[in-house]
Amino acid sequence: MNALELRNVGVSLGETEVLDDVSLRVGQGEFVSILGPSGAGKSTLFRLLTGALEPDRGEILLDGSTLKRNATTFAFMPQRDALMPWRRIIDNVILGLEVQGVSRAEARARALPLFAEFGLAGFEERYPAELSGGMRQRAALLRTVIQARPVQLLDEPFGALDALTRAQMQRWLEDRWRGARWTTLLVTHDVREAVALSDRIYVLSRRPARVISEVVVRAPRPRLGTALPAEARAQEEELLNTLLSQTGE
Amino acid sequence: MTKGLPRSAGGRLIRGLPALGSVAAAIVLWEIYVRLSGISPLVLPAPSRVVEQMAANRALLWENTLPTLSATLTGFAFSVSIAFALSVALDFLPKLRRALFPIFVVSQTLPLVAIAPLAVLWFGFGLTPKILLVALVTFFPMLVALVDGYEATDPEIETLMRSMGASRWKVFRAARFPSAMPYFFAGLRISITYAVVAAIFSEYVGARAGLGIVILNAKNSFRPDLMLAAVVVSSTLTLVLFGVSALLQRVLLRWREAGQGQ
Repeated sequence: MNALELRNVGVSLGETEVLDDVSLRVGQGEFVSILGPSGAGKSTLFRLLTGALEPDRGEILLDGSTLKRNATTFAFMPQRDALMPWRRIIDNVILGLEVQGVSRAEARARALPLFAEFGLAGFEERYPAELSGGMRQRAALLRTVIQARPVQLLDEPFGALDALTRAQMQRWLEDRWRGARWTTLLVTHDVREAVALSDRIYVLSRRPARVISEVVVRAPRPRLGTALPAEARAQEEELLNTLLSQTGE
Repeated sequence: MTKGLPRSAGGRLIRGLPALGSVAAAIVLWEIYVRLSGISPLVLPAPSRVVEQMAANRALLWENTLPTLSATLTGFAFSVSIAFALSVALDFLPKLRRALFPIFVVSQTLPLVAIAPLAVLWFGFGLTPKILLVALVTFFPMLVALVDGYEATDPEIETLMRSMGASRWKVFRAARFPSAMPYFFAGLRISITYAVVAAIFSEYVGARAGLGIVILNAKNSFRPDLMLAAVVVSSTLTLVLFGVSALLQRVLLRWREAGQGQ
């Protein structure tokens, strides 16, 4: 069963055709990545999914039925952490639950036991400015998954981190994901990240975007921290070449 | 992770020394000039004489500070409440903003020297014209601070909240309003100084009591020493109000100091 399916979705913003014909699916408990050159319309895709935008053509299906406008099926994690500097970490983490109408006490009670798993124990009452970049990103991820939505949308979640912290966070995310199996759609520029974390990868063309390649990664997990099998390394190489052919330079 | 040490009172005193020094030097030079030149105290009284007058007239000055303070605070509270209510309305109705902003801008171009006597003419010698003038002077800066503050909200935070299914009102309460608070306090600190000046000026034009009246009477009886004494009191009042709003900001926006000094 597909948790999420896009069928021949096309969308224009004003004069510009951003998505030409995008079809993709994400299975229950599957980790799927979307790779694309800059400006390929990845953010537009996310706006479609979060209900901020409606497709001109095609349809978006959730568990087989059409996506309703302003549906709250997705838990979204934006590129930068978007933590509110005036809220303590605990209150940032429960923001989604608060919007859902869960009482503050109840939301805190649900969130607190998860702090240790997310490497945030002892920082519940701190402000975001007091945390390192990696910790902030983990807080943002906790804020995402605690909403218990059917699909997690991660928009280049580690793009703003330094290389070392990013590697650390990728390992941590792989580890967490293997335990929880969140249905996840990740958008990234980073080929290695996509291969390391995904079950399947879609590659988008430059604008107007089409899916030009779909790659299934079969390498056993955990993939980070060990040498990748030859097949996965070849896939990495191939993906990078496909992407570079789309940069238009 | 260690918390940065709070800046000590001693450290702040040391940083304030150059400022205190230059003010003290100016006063000393003034005193020396008056003594050496033998200029009449009816033209330029020495600082020591101003201090003497402050001590001799302390009851008078105190009695007249209270009405000024009350006009300032009432007018300012009135102006901030209206600015806040209106800023919320403008945030939700951009069309209203385009319709009303020109009026507010024009209100800032009205010369106080003309408006103040008219306000006294229309509303008498009581508190009302003072409140109105203080509000007229402080309303627009406060409104602009709030409206700009809402606009300064991180768009990613808003996108995030929308993706969570938050209503426009919830986004306002949880994101736009708190984002505006640093702007609000910056506006508050500036406006409170205008408010005192506006209150004194409106008293000067017509009132029963107040620092403006002390200044007016002292001027009419050729007492520059008493005028300057009232000026010192009004400056002190302004500085105290400025300090109170800075303190309020420190207490209410503690998060802004989080993570500093790391």
